[in-house]
Amino acid sequence: MAENIRLEVVTPQKSVVSEDVQIVVAPGTMGEFGVLVGHTPFLTTLKLGTVRYKDAGGTERYIFVSGGFAEALPDKVTILAESAERRTDIDAERARTALERAQQRLAEKRDDIDFVRARAALERAMHRLSVAETRKTM
Amino acid sequence: MATLKDVQNKISAVKKTKQITKAMNMVAASKLRGAQSTMEAFRPYAGKFADVLGSLADKAGEEANPLLVPKETVKNVHIILNTSDKGLCGGFNTNLNARADALLKELKAEGKEVSFTNFGKKGRDWARKKGHTIIDEYLGVVGSSFEFSVASISGRKFIEKFIFGTYDEVYVIYSEFQGMARQVAKAKQLLPIPPLETAEETKDDNAPYLAEHIAEPSAEELLGEMLPRSVYVQIYSALLETSTSEHAARMTAMDNATKACNDMIENLTLVYNKARQAAITAELMDIVGGAEALKG
Repeated sequence: MAENIRLEVVTPQKSVVSEDVQIVVAPGTMGEFGVLVGHTPFLTTLKLGTVRYKDAGGTERYIFVSGGFAEALPDKVTILAESAERRTDIDAERARTALERAQQRLAEKRDDIDFVRARAALERAMHRLSVAETRKTM
Repeated sequence: MATLKDVQNKISAVKKTKQITKAMNMVAASKLRGAQSTMEAFRPYAGKFADVLGSLADKAGEEANPLLVPKETVKNVHIILNTSDKGLCGGFNTNLNARADALLKELKAEGKEVSFTNFGKKGRDWARKKGHTIIDEYLGVVGSSFEFSVASISGRKFIEKFIFGTYDEVYVIYSEFQGMARQVAKAKQLLPIPPLETAEETKDDNAPYLAEHIAEPSAEELLGEMLPRSVYVQIYSALLETSTSEHAARMTAMDNATKACNDMIENLTLVYNKARQAAITAELMDIVGGAEALKG
């Protein structure tokens, strides 16, 4: 059993995760990547998606991230995201309303709505929900 | 000469005012704690961000991104003015507006056009009264709990306008929280992004930070992703600082007001006692005088 690597997930609001983990898998913009201890220094942007990691006890955990940056060092992974939530902290109800609102906005096709923003909101809501849903199937 | 009743009324009025100022002081204190903890929570993010950004900029070189390059001719300048929505916080807003005014005069003297975006009602009212151009206003942000998205949504607008050439320079005016009794109005250049400090200078490790990093995609592209965010980070931190300062300023102002009330109550009580004493003396004189007269 190899050593563990430190995982830090920080957002402007708070530090979401700070613990020693076995492996981290994150959604890089150029493709998903996994980090184990002793990784080469590495810096990349993240897209909207899910960061998975195995905690020290071997339990697999999920975090929703809304895009951001990840920096991997041999003994540490830092993820800077504008928002990040552990799966258990996701408010599925709120995400669902957000999803509906975004869908509605996109369907209306009005000129005065910000299409890009609505799209982004839709994607965020969908991802949040999909992360939240895996909770049930496990 | 004020009658006893008048003085009594005055005393009770001052006491009521004191209750209000004291309550406001306590409310501001609790909000200040909240704002300070938000600032604390933001620090790790901002710190890490600056580290990574500094080393990246070093790697990608200057002029790797349009946000870093100053415009050749600067004609239109935009000022983001952060103030509070509410008053009763001493010279807090006056200082911020004065700082804005100073910057404005400086820019106008160089023949530049200035427009404003206002966070907070007091600054907006000031700019409106002076007849300055207000492009955008955000009320109900400073002093309350707000999310990072406020900074990123407004920040995106500034960046777009900077790139399209509507603005040639963007400044932000905010109040720096230097401690309970010290909040300083500051002006900072937001766009073009001032030359970034490289990370090596701050690190004492002999190996330059990030030098060996593999960047994906390229360092330039990463920088392009990070620079706009660094602008949001700046705006967010300016908003946080201003909010914290506002609460601190209000706390101090209300504390002073409460003290002033105490002084007033003390003085008025003195006046009241003197008046009462005088009344008693006068009455006694009357009685004595009457008795003497009866004796004949």
